[in-house]
Amino acid sequence: MSVTPFRLPTIPLYKKETIMNLIAKGLRLDGVRTPESPRSVKVEVGVIEKAEGSAHVRLGNTQVIAGVKIDVGTPFRDTPDQGVLTVHAEFVPLASPLFEPGPPDENAIELARVIDRSLREVGAVDLNALAIRPGEKVWIVWVDLYILDHDGNLFDASMLAAMAALLDAKLPYYEEIETGEIVLDRSKSEGPLPVKHRVVTVTLAKIGDYLIVDPDFEEESVADARIVLAFDEQGRIVGAQKTGPGGLTTADLEKAMDLGWRAAEVYFKALDEALAGKTGGS
Amino acid sequence: MAKAQVQLISEEGLRHDGRRPDELRPIRMKVGVLSNADGSALVEFGKTRVIAAVYGPREPIQKYMVLPDRAVLRVRYHMAPFSTSERKSPAPSRREIELSKVIRESLEPVLLPEYFPRTTIDVFIEVLQADGGTRTASVTAASLALADAGIPMKALVGGVAVGKVNGVLVLDVDEVEDSAGEADLPIAAAPDIGLITLFQLNGVLTRDEIRAAVNMALKAIEYIVEKEKEALKAKYEF
Repeated sequence: MSVTPFRLPTIPLYKKETIMNLIAKGLRLDGVRTPESPRSVKVEVGVIEKAEGSAHVRLGNTQVIAGVKIDVGTPFRDTPDQGVLTVHAEFVPLASPLFEPGPPDENAIELARVIDRSLREVGAVDLNALAIRPGEKVWIVWVDLYILDHDGNLFDASMLAAMAALLDAKLPYYEEIETGEIVLDRSKSEGPLPVKHRVVTVTLAKIGDYLIVDPDFEEESVADARIVLAFDEQGRIVGAQKTGPGGLTTADLEKAMDLGWRAAEVYFKALDEALAGKTGGS
Repeated sequence: MAKAQVQLISEEGLRHDGRRPDELRPIRMKVGVLSNADGSALVEFGKTRVIAAVYGPREPIQKYMVLPDRAVLRVRYHMAPFSTSERKSPAPSRREIELSKVIRESLEPVLLPEYFPRTTIDVFIEVLQADGGTRTASVTAASLALADAGIPMKALVGGVAVGKVNGVLVLDVDEVEDSAGEADLPIAAAPDIGLITLFQLNGVLTRDEIRAAVNMALKAIEYIVEKEKEALKAKYEF
């Protein structure tokens, strides 16, 4: 069951008016950004040594860690020759007064599923290259997103973290023993996880008649709706989701695709820089 | 991901069930199909069959679940265990939880919740038979059930999915096209106030394809919403 959020902080009307007046002048509440620019992005990979791949993303004050764990398992019946990619998100209670301990709520599930679809549909991870013994043993790739600090736009920060962690990930070394079992030695590696495409999402918030890129928490709280667009490096749209209680016009959608692609290039650059800083990276 | 190349568009440009790319399946709508609910509707898009019921505005059963200045909308999208080829467990799946959310958010833009502070409006949707496009049929059924319950609305909402099959954009995808297709773009909109209220993309499309798909969907939704108006009027004809 999905319920209208009834525990959100009350935002004074003047705050929304202030935000809208600033946008009309090409400004944002933080005094630095334009409506079209995302916050500063910092991506760092290899932050969790025990994970096969990991990344820490800061998007303004929002912080997300993604960890990639890789195991051996059985494939799905309808895709016996492919590995398995699973994305999960945890909105841990230390990240926001709005998050409660417990199983993932609809927001965490939505976030994980939008990211999962955007990676899956374009074939970001080459699942065909992840069969060890087709039909029997394949690599299972778990992407776990951990929201550490929620200051808005969890989608873009999480997708950046997921993508950076996948690009950072290495397949563990394995040996087939006599019984046919696969034994892993995680201290050694089989080589990088095969990643074919890079994907980022760009979230835009609609506030009154305006669209702004990368809303922070306050901006999200007064927004009518948000649109999340996933882009690959060629600018194709590989996933999308309208989220929030309001609606969008076709003109909004058109503008979102335009502004979205420009912000996507900023995110791709942040990914490149993070991976260039890593020796022996892909 | 490499999808199995199934030929779903014939040489004449027709689809596997004989439809043209921009043709809807046969649609049926009926309101007031349940006696207990304040409003209800049955909607069919081909073999997809969805029933929706509305209770409220009413005092919330969980007393804490209120807003002092407006009504709270609760939506549950649920699939019957017998609605799919393989039995679906009745426990809510992650998919159903996500769809309940996007359906709620597709209805909220047309409601006037400030008319009913401290109440809940409940929308319960059951998919009786799933053959593609269940979420958009659900939005359509929910919109009808809300109107049937006499809840003030700015406009009616209708939904339809556009897919891409063998490189061709097709309207109102069924299950075969959805599982073999390259993209699925479910859209719901309130044409009378010019708002898109549900927008998802599962697949890869260029910006031009998105533009074309949205136009195709919005044209169909105008027709679907006219059908909704007819169904609502039909209840009071004798």
